[in-house]
Amino acid sequence: MSTKTQWQAVCKVEDLIADSGIAVWTPAGPVAIFYLPQQIPALFAVGHFDPFSNANVIARGITGDLGGEPVVASPIYKQHFSLRTGVCLEDDSVRIPSYSVLLDGDSVLLEVPVENRSEAVA
Amino acid sequence: MSKKNLIVIGNGMVGHHFLEQIVETEAAAGFNIVVFGEEPLLAYDRVHLSEYFGGSTHADLAMGTADWYAEKNIDLHLDEQVTEIDRDNKRVVTPKGSYDYEELVLATGSYPFVPPIKGNDRPNCLVYRTLDDLDQIRASAEGGKVGVVVGGGLLGLEAANALKSLGLQAHVVEFAPRLMPVQLDDDGGALLRRKIEELGVQVHTEKATTAIVEGEDCRLRMNFSDDSHLETDLIVFSAGIRPQDTLARSSGLDVGERGGIVINNQCATSDANIHAIGECALWDQRIFGLVAPGYTMARTLAGALNGDSEAAFTGADMSTKLKLLGVDVGSIGDAHGQTPGARNIRFNDEATGVYRRMVISEDGKTLLGAILVGDNGPYDTLLQYALNGIELPASPEALILPESEGGAPALGPDALPDTASICSCHNVTKGDICGVIDAGCCDLAGVKAETKASTGCGGCSALLKNVVDCELEKRGVEVSTDICEHFPYSRQELFHLVKVNGVRTFRQLITEHGKGHGCDICKPAVASILATVWNEHILATDHVALQDTNDTFMANMQKNGTYSIVPRVPGGEITPDKLIVLGEVAKEYDLYTKITGGQRIDLFGATLSELPEIWEKLIAAGFETGHAYGKSLRTVKSCVGSTWCRYGVQDSVGMAILLEERYKGLRSPHKLKMAVSGCTRECAEAQSKDIGVIATDKGWNLYVCGNGGMRPRHADLFATDLSDEELIRAIDRVLMFYVRTADRLQRTSVWMENLEGGLDYLKKVVLEDSLGIGEELDAHMATVIDTYQCEWKTAVEDPEKRKRFREFVNDERKDPVQQWTQERDQRRPVTEAETA
Ligand code: SRM
Ligand SMILES: Cc1cc2nc3c(=O)[nH]c(=O)nc-3n(C[C@H](O)[C@H](O)[C@H](O)COP(=O)(O)OP(=O)(O)OC[C@H]3O[C@@H](n4cnc5c(N)ncnc54)[C@H](O)[C@@H]3O)c2cc1C
Ligand code: SF4
Ligand code: FES
Repeated sequence: MSTKTQWQAVCKVEDLIADSGIAVWTPAGPVAIFYLPQQIPALFAVGHFDPFSNANVIARGITGDLGGEPVVASPIYKQHFSLRTGVCLEDDSVRIPSYSVLLDGDSVLLEVPVENRSEAVA
Repeated sequence: MSKKNLIVIGNGMVGHHFLEQIVETEAAAGFNIVVFGEEPLLAYDRVHLSEYFGGSTHADLAMGTADWYAEKNIDLHLDEQVTEIDRDNKRVVTPKGSYDYEELVLATGSYPFVPPIKGNDRPNCLVYRTLDDLDQIRASAEGGKVGVVVGGGLLGLEAANALKSLGLQAHVVEFAPRLMPVQLDDDGGALLRRKIEELGVQVHTEKATTAIVEGEDCRLRMNFSDDSHLETDLIVFSAGIRPQDTLARSSGLDVGERGGIVINNQCATSDANIHAIGECALWDQRIFGLVAPGYTMARTLAGALNGDSEAAFTGADMSTKLKLLGVDVGSIGDAHGQTPGARNIRFNDEATGVYRRMVISEDGKTLLGAILVGDNGPYDTLLQYALNGIELPASPEALILPESEGGAPALGPDALPDTASICSCHNVTKGDICGVIDAGCCDLAGVKAETKASTGCGGCSALLKNVVDCELEKRGVEVSTDICEHFPYSRQELFHLVKVNGVRTFRQLITEHGKGHGCDICKPAVASILATVWNEHILATDHVALQDTNDTFMANMQKNGTYSIVPRVPGGEITPDKLIVLGEVAKEYDLYTKITGGQRIDLFGATLSELPEIWEKLIAAGFETGHAYGKSLRTVKSCVGSTWCRYGVQDSVGMAILLEERYKGLRSPHKLKMAVSGCTRECAEAQSKDIGVIATDKGWNLYVCGNGGMRPRHADLFATDLSDEELIRAIDRVLMFYVRTADRLQRTSVWMENLEGGLDYLKKVVLEDSLGIGEELDAHMATVIDTYQCEWKTAVEDPEKRKRFREFVNDERKDPVQQWTQERDQRRPVTEAETA
């Protein structure tokens, strides 16, 4: 599959919530963006879709760190996903997509594939 | 393939249970099942027979329904006694016809033994076994004053209670020197006798009846061998049971010397096509006069008929625990110490009327049996010891000594047998957990990964942690009570840190006392502590990221990412207008609507963005949040109480509303449930709640630390006949003490069991203020109550907070994965199978 990507503005800085997540629509499907002001970098983006419950809920999980790894816990069955790689800490055969994200002025930019990848939407 | 005829004789408790089992097997498809019952009524619960006098009907006691029999294609012949088994032609005969069988099951139960006393067949001489017997007793009691039960065993005492409840002056006549000779010893029997006599039932022991003749003052007179006599209007014989083996005898099956149809481990009689189960069966020279062994036989036989070669009945435990005329009586295993070398430990408190005896093995290591009269508190713990051969502690007497004398409180997870189910989602037993620990797992996470325990609904996590900690500790592994890797403290220690140092935010706490950034364990725990101590809005900016999604969005997340809405309905009382609003809102948003187990209404399927709109409407109609998402007060269930109910002695609804309004905002280590019943009939099930209140004619009885759920526990009686003010003060203090000292996600039941000194200690703290913190607790509760706000009201009024409820911040589109279908006229999420 082609990996052509583009940076796209998905929301404003005032939409973010410190130490927590929000969800945005992207051509790659729903993405969860987390803002952890105490971490460097402070922004993380992973898929919003939870493969354990098949629901779009990841942005509503609790964030934190386990053994130094920044993580989010799925709000449904509580598995932890690395915010850097998307890998599930309880079962490393499961991985949710992770995206590059950065702040440009007051815009949050996300690097997403150009084509609509349907499996990410599920 | 033509079907075989399977005939069951007897439609009693065990016969019915057998049917329930067999229809679930694959073999069922190969059978035409025909059942004969001599009684005119469908199988009913004989164990609770006496409730018939308390107002229960046959329908209440029935074990199945005619519809169920029809649905399962079982051909049921009631009121049709089998009179003959023709084994040569494989046929049973009844007055209405004869029926062929390939397999035959005898579940004929037993009949009451009536001692051969002259005059025992006079009118008003009755027995106590069937509903028909009870009708006769009721009829006979009418117009009578005195009733006698012959036989002071378990059933006899139950019958005596029944006579008493029919308004008769009740007597028990026992041939042996003490009551319940099978289960109790002399001291136990004597205490039971004293207690029963205090209740107004007269007990006559060592009395042999020689004749029953016409009475002078009453209908009958019983003459005894010591020349004394007793006048009575009716006699109930309850002198033991005899297996109903008439058919087996007449058809030449092997029966025991003293009756009972001989069976092997597969419940087959001496004829391989004839089986016997329940009280009519004799296994290893023993009859089992209890229902549980009968059920085990029924399951065994269903398995055997289904070709399961492992199915075997291998005996059963006959320990019993009951309340006879309100008096606790328990008997476990070898209660009389008949095992060679057995030794006894006895505790006999005549002042409070508590007798306890333990029978222990010669080496002092195992518990062989026990007798309890007056208080069954230690029964469960003792039974676990006896059944599972758990090694006794060094000073076993602690198990039966009262706690003030240094007795041990109920055992924690240690007392659970290896077979105890810990996680029902993944069918993990305590034994499985010990297994993986022995194989090298050395922490909770490892055990979870290996056994999958607690990875389903997660409901078992607290119990799992208890078991794992306890097992690790037993193996010498130091178990950290740290809440998680971010804080080297337990919840209680964190509580103190927050309070003493005036910590107001999570960040402050972790910077000063922890490390890292926190996680989904410590954040909600600290949020709950902060809420209890300072009671700020949970969506205040500093707290918002600490909460589980349920708390963040003040609604419970469902499996498809939508939420449920549960408005508070204090005490379960609701006006028609409010009901209409609920209906209108549910209709407008197409919400699945259900009455909950907590006397309120749950609306399911709201999306994140709909939540504030819906709540705006509900609040306008006068509703408040029900905290169904929070670790806080859920509902105060009530019964209708004295306002309407003919038995009610206090206004239970009023009290329930008062309690619900008072404690509705309180954040606690785990959820809290309460209930108020208007009289001792206990329709609100208060004894299963964290706080249970039952009305008395003088005030209220308070029960604490009950639990339903996964590990049910009856609440303990805490104080009696309290006034409204006394009641509220006691509850205030119990709750505040709990909130301050309990561990994270610890219900009051577990908290109390782990509290050093247990119930007595809690009573001292709350009722006698032994720690001198009473006023502080009161003041703290007052602050919590004063600072209450409806979180939803605050949230919908604040545009900043409302922003949180956007599903996607850059788009108004709905969540694309939520798919719905209709069922029973309502909307529900599609199942995985339906999506595929
Ligand atoms: C809605 C309801 C079932 C129903 O349709 O009747 C329900 C639903 C849930 N129960 Fe319950 N329980 C409901 C009554 C009960 C009862 C009965 C009662 O309260 O009288 C019990 C047993 C009594 C008790 O708690 O002692 C009960 C014992 C549990 C437990 C086990 C608690 C325990 O100590 O073992 C859990 C799991 C937990 O809390 O950890 C649980 C958890 C849940 C959760 C919150 C599970 C979850 O996280 O999704 C369910 C979510 C409800 C929702 O989305 O709104 N629910 N649950 C009932 C709501 C009552 C209410 O109006 O608030
Ligand atoms: C008042 C009372 C309290 C009790 N309390 C307890 C308790 O607390 N705990 C406990 O474990 N047990 C208790 N028991 C005992 C319990 O009820 C029995 O163990 C249980 O009912 C046995 O079930 P069963 O099916 O073997 O016999 P039953 O329930 O007696 O059923 C046998 C059925 O077969 C029918 N039958 C017999 N012969 C024929 C025939 N030839 N043709 C057709 N039908 C026939 C009988 O009419 C009867 O309906 C109590 C019993 C009583 C009476
Ligand atoms: S508990 Fe008492 S008052 Fe309440 S409904 Fe039942 S019988 Fe009536
Ligand atoms: S996860 Fe253990 S009971 Fe559900």
